[in-house]
Amino acid sequence: MSIRAQGLRTWLWQRLSAAYLAAFLLFSLAGWILAGPWDYVRWRALLTDPVYAVATALFFAALLLHGWVGGRDIVMDYVPAGALRFTALTLLALAVIVMGAWAVVILLLAQIT
Amino acid sequence: MSNNNNQRPVFLNLFLIRLPVTGVASIAHRISGAILLLLVPLLLYGLQLSLRGPEDFARVTGWLDQTWVRLAAIPVVWALAHHFFAGIRFLLMDLDCGLNVNTARVSAWLVLAAGAVTALVAAGCLL
Repeated sequence: MSIRAQGLRTWLWQRLSAAYLAAFLLFSLAGWILAGPWDYVRWRALLTDPVYAVATALFFAALLLHGWVGGRDIVMDYVPAGALRFTALTLLALAVIVMGAWAVVILLLAQIT
Repeated sequence: MSNNNNQRPVFLNLFLIRLPVTGVASIAHRISGAILLLLVPLLLYGLQLSLRGPEDFARVTGWLDQTWVRLAAIPVVWALAHHFFAGIRFLLMDLDCGLNVNTARVSAWLVLAAGAVTALVAAGCLL
């Protein structure tokens, strides 16, 4: 079966993003606990560090991709095909896009201000 | 033949369906995922405030000191922990690991327990 088959590709993205989310969360949790306590200056320095900022941007990309596939699966399982499902999927897609743009703005604003 | 589809029994009484433990782990994975997805805007809002200035950073940490926020955080910790552990279980199953019915039952119990224990530890730390 071709990897370009739509369902299989989605399945693969769901797993790849899951692996990154798990790794990032474990790494970050351990770092936050070991390197605490945190104040504003240190927290900002962490989130504007180029490596961690890119890792965080990737985290949100993986999170939203993962959330899109999961939310899409839930909608397709419980909302019958038709206008209602189309509306639900459109709203979900819009929400994911807005949250992604929001994350980019947060991380970029922290860099330039 | 075409009538068979319409004559299939429909049994959807959720109170009488006894879900196997593997099914409980599965539906809990879905519910916890939905909870986490709905909370992403809150995460983004908190992150935005925490990076905006010292006063806003103090506002966010101030929320985390409030009892009701800490109470509300416990089910969120459960959702994250269960989704994490159950997700790893599914990833292993995708790699053909633990597909045997008995193994799958044991791992489902383990995953449910791990999520509950994490939530209890979080409750101990937060309250």
